[in-house]
Amino acid sequence: MVRFDQVGFAYPAPEGSRIGATPVLAGLSFTLEAGSFTWILGPSGVGKSTVLRLMHLALRPTAGQIEILGVPVAGARPETLPRLRRRIGVVFQDYRLLPYLTAFENVALPLRLAGRPEPEIAADVAELLRWVGLADRADALPPTLSGGEQQRIAFARAVVARPDLLVADEPTGNLDAVQARRLLALLAEMNRLGTTIVVATHSEELVDYMPAPALVLQGGQARLRGEEEADEQPA
Amino acid sequence: MSSRRDPLGLVRALPARLIPALVAAMALLAGLAIGGASGAAALAERWRGAAAALTVALPPEAAPRIADAAARIAALPGVAEARPVDPARLAELLRPWIGEQPALPLPPLIELRLRPGGHDPEALAALVAQAVPGAELERQGIVARNLRGLAVRIQALSLLVLALVGGMGAAVTLVATRATLAARREAIALIYDLGATRGDVSGRVARRLAWQAGLGALAGAVLAVPLLAALASVAAPLAGGDGALPYPALALLPPAAAAIAYVTATLSVRRTLRDAP
Repeated sequence: MVRFDQVGFAYPAPEGSRIGATPVLAGLSFTLEAGSFTWILGPSGVGKSTVLRLMHLALRPTAGQIEILGVPVAGARPETLPRLRRRIGVVFQDYRLLPYLTAFENVALPLRLAGRPEPEIAADVAELLRWVGLADRADALPPTLSGGEQQRIAFARAVVARPDLLVADEPTGNLDAVQARRLLALLAEMNRLGTTIVVATHSEELVDYMPAPALVLQGGQARLRGEEEADEQPA
Repeated sequence: MSSRRDPLGLVRALPARLIPALVAAMALLAGLAIGGASGAAALAERWRGAAAALTVALPPEAAPRIADAAARIAALPGVAEARPVDPARLAELLRPWIGEQPALPLPPLIELRLRPGGHDPEALAALVAQAVPGAELERQGIVARNLRGLAVRIQALSLLVLALVGGMGAAVTLVATRATLAARREAIALIYDLGATRGDVSGRVARRLAWQAGLGALAGAVLAVPLLAALASVAAPLAGGDGALPYPALALLPPAAAAIAYVTATLSVRRTLRDAP
């Protein structure tokens, strides 16, 4: 379960700047049930990425309480957070692939940080690379890959550890329609197996393709676009 | 190092390549300082005996009357004790100056111990010559005392240099750590976001830098050996003995450099990650 309770967040002012902190979220409250699939919608700059960063513990709220996978983040001891982070998969908007590691090594990173045995890592990574259609690029370095290929590697890295919560920030932004549908199918399969999935996008087309509840961010707060609305979308 | 053990790409981080060379240079200096301290300590110890006494040399023909001469000198003001020097003891006293020379005829000597306080060597020499005609006050004890003081100061200076080199090593490691952190900021942030602990991140950086510092120090210590051996061979006649090098202290340089690098890097990384969420 993911729960935001009156969450506020403001980016601190740059050092030496006369401009004050930049508020992005204010009084944001919502609850996402375990095993749910949720879209986060809204125009650019509204705070979608900030909400996702709060969810994967890259930021701490400046107000309110957040509970991730049943763990109240505010009261959690710092040493418990890395373990919680390992239960969260993240597809970053800018991919954040390490340029000096091969595609295989990038995808294997979460498993190695979790201390998984190498034979298991090799099998899981190979399977994921096949899933995202890049089995033949396992030894390629990210700078030699196209934007779409890098995005698929980033996606594979996010899901390879079978996280309990997957947050994805514009995960199909650089993909063609075929690849985008392929990744959405993978998301749907993970969701069917119990992973809670949150995807931020400004693509209504993507949402239309996969109907699910949607949180619409506006003015630092969220309103739920009703499930009944989602039900009306074509499958 | 394979990428599976180096997700931060520390091997490729340019600043890290400089560490072994810088630490090797500092270890070389540290090795020379250790050699200086060790050699100075040996010299100080060697001259300790010589500095403790003054001697009076008698003409060879006065040898049968050496006991009488010693009694007269003992009665002089400022002299606490005067006694004939045993020939074996005499050889020991002269060894810092002439080495092992068993065939060399040695003059009869009287060893003096002065009462506490300052003494004018010239005035004392005149009194001795007056009390025992032909006797000559040897001033090597005074010279030896001065040389011993010099050796002790060289030893202290060498230890100071050693401490400075250690501090420089910590400073270089600190700079290298910060440069590495700057070069790998994105990678560190990523693996932290993926669930690495602060200890994991700091451990990876610290282990890498400690390894490089240890290798550099090993190279520096190895380079120091021939230089110290050359110095030891020159100093052997003064210091006596076989001029053995301070191998145990030199062997400690690599682990000491690695430990300094490990602790410095760990503290630096943890300080950097202190404000991470």
